[in-house]
Amino acid sequence: MFGFGVLKGMLVTIQNFFASYFSKDHLTTVQYPEERLSAKERYRNFPFLVYDQAPEDPRCVACDICAKECPPKCITIVRDSDAEGKPLKRPKSFDIDYSICMNCGICEEVCPFDAIFMDHEFELAEYGRFEDLMYHKDRLLKPNDHFKKIRPTDATRIDAKLAAKTQKPAPPVGN
Amino acid sequence: MDQLFVNLKHSILIFAGNFLPEWAVILISILISVTAIAVFGPVTMMYLTLLERKFVGRIQNRFGPNRVGKWGLLQPLADGVKMLTKEDIVPKGADHFAHFLAPVAIVIPALLVFAVVPFGRNMVAVDLSIGILFFLALSSTTTIWIFVAAWASRNKFSLLGGLRSVAQMVSYEIPMVLSVVPVLMVVGSFSTVAIVEAQSGWNWFVLTPWGLIGFVLFFLTGVAEVNRTPFDLPEGESEIVAGFHTEYSGMKFALFYMAEFMNSFTISAIVSTVYLGGWQGPWLPGWLWLLIKSYALILVMMWFRGTLPRFRVDQLMGFAWKFLLPLALLNIFAAGVWLAFARPVNYLLSAIIVALALFILYFANRPDMPKKRVYRYAVE
Ligand code: SF4
Ligand code: SF4
Repeated sequence: MFGFGVLKGMLVTIQNFFASYFSKDHLTTVQYPEERLSAKERYRNFPFLVYDQAPEDPRCVACDICAKECPPKCITIVRDSDAEGKPLKRPKSFDIDYSICMNCGICEEVCPFDAIFMDHEFELAEYGRFEDLMYHKDRLLKPNDHFKKIRPTDATRIDAKLAAKTQKPAPPVGN
Repeated sequence: MDQLFVNLKHSILIFAGNFLPEWAVILISILISVTAIAVFGPVTMMYLTLLERKFVGRIQNRFGPNRVGKWGLLQPLADGVKMLTKEDIVPKGADHFAHFLAPVAIVIPALLVFAVVPFGRNMVAVDLSIGILFFLALSSTTTIWIFVAAWASRNKFSLLGGLRSVAQMVSYEIPMVLSVVPVLMVVGSFSTVAIVEAQSGWNWFVLTPWGLIGFVLFFLTGVAEVNRTPFDLPEGESEIVAGFHTEYSGMKFALFYMAEFMNSFTISAIVSTVYLGGWQGPWLPGWLWLLIKSYALILVMMWFRGTLPRFRVDQLMGFAWKFLLPLALLNIFAAGVWLAFARPVNYLLSAIIVALALFILYFANRPDMPKKRVYRYAVE
């Protein structure tokens, strides 16, 4: 009936007002810094490097594939070498410029050694625009436990894969 | 408790009277009242903004401001600091003097009408014998300054807002004044104090048939007068940027806001005075009763704001001229009948008149819905 829609609407709003004091459904705001929603497992943000035992011994072998594949070219890797100048299978420095990284996750996809993964960390605000967002090896390296915590499904799959690999003898080189 | 503030003022005056001449005591007496109003008005306004944001927030299932201080109680102060430190921009083509004058002058009537609001027993700044007339006249001058602001900004959106404001004002002033007339007829005085006293002992005018209609009419037209949703066409954000205050920033903008909120408060206070028995009420002190009543009305205004979309211009005009105005006139008739007959009969008669009036106007105002078209030869 003409004119009664107004009353109906007013009823709806006042119900919402009172319900906001009693029901969680009617006050859905999450008070962010104090409360937070848990991130979804497949959420991805910026890449980090995984190490198994010690940060001095990362999984990364400095093969440079990720640096080549990275679309905006924000990964810079310098391979380490021993005293005689023989190259070693580990990075001397591994830098990712988070200010350039576009969170595409290609580095994770292409890494043949499962050494780089996308993190859930998103509170990355810094004062320095260039120097502070340039993440060096020390800030990028995180233990495998961290990976297990944020992405358990992927972590178990990859751990199983790695374990199987170490048990099998190295496949014969094709002739 | 009832006379708390009155006694406070009285003791200050007696204390001053000990060593000051009589004219100085009178001056102090005036100054105290003026200061009280000049502080009360803006502070009310500041916290009304907070209340509105919280209330509308809850209606929309969110918290509203809750970061600055406990429950966001310091938010108005933070807003004040922000407003004061903002850059004040005046458009190049603007009439600088008028552009400056409008926001300053708009606060004056908003503050002046506080003078006739009876906050409690003996708590009125001046008991004018033409109190209601003073209020009606002053509150409508706000529109002049809105139009000055709109004109001086030299902006087409501002001007449209100003024009709408004037049109709205002209239409709503008439039912507004007419909706108070029944009370004036019954009380026989324009004085706000006399009106409250006539309602002592639960004889609130809202409890009579004509009073109920008059209350709704006065309140609705009052909401329209202070340009609040759904009557906020002069500042319709979604249509004309921000209407008359498009070109205002910083403290000048805040002054418009202040005038709007103080007007909402005074209109609520006057509506409670005229129809809801003012400061009359059991147990609690009078000034508290008036505050409770006016805040309840303000919450209803905010409730409107959280619910209703803005009127279209033709709906706005149609509502005023085709519904409110005839209803107000018939309401005066109902009040006359109520006055002319003895106790039980008059309630019945005026209730019948009011009900008939509502019924007829309701059906006369039904929108013309086009009939659903039937296509006889169309294929399904
Ligand atoms: S992270 Fe992976 S792809 Fe990148 S250099 Fe290290 S091992 Fe190679
Ligand atoms: S996520 Fe994409 S952009 Fe960022 S480092 Fe990896 S490959 Fe480069």
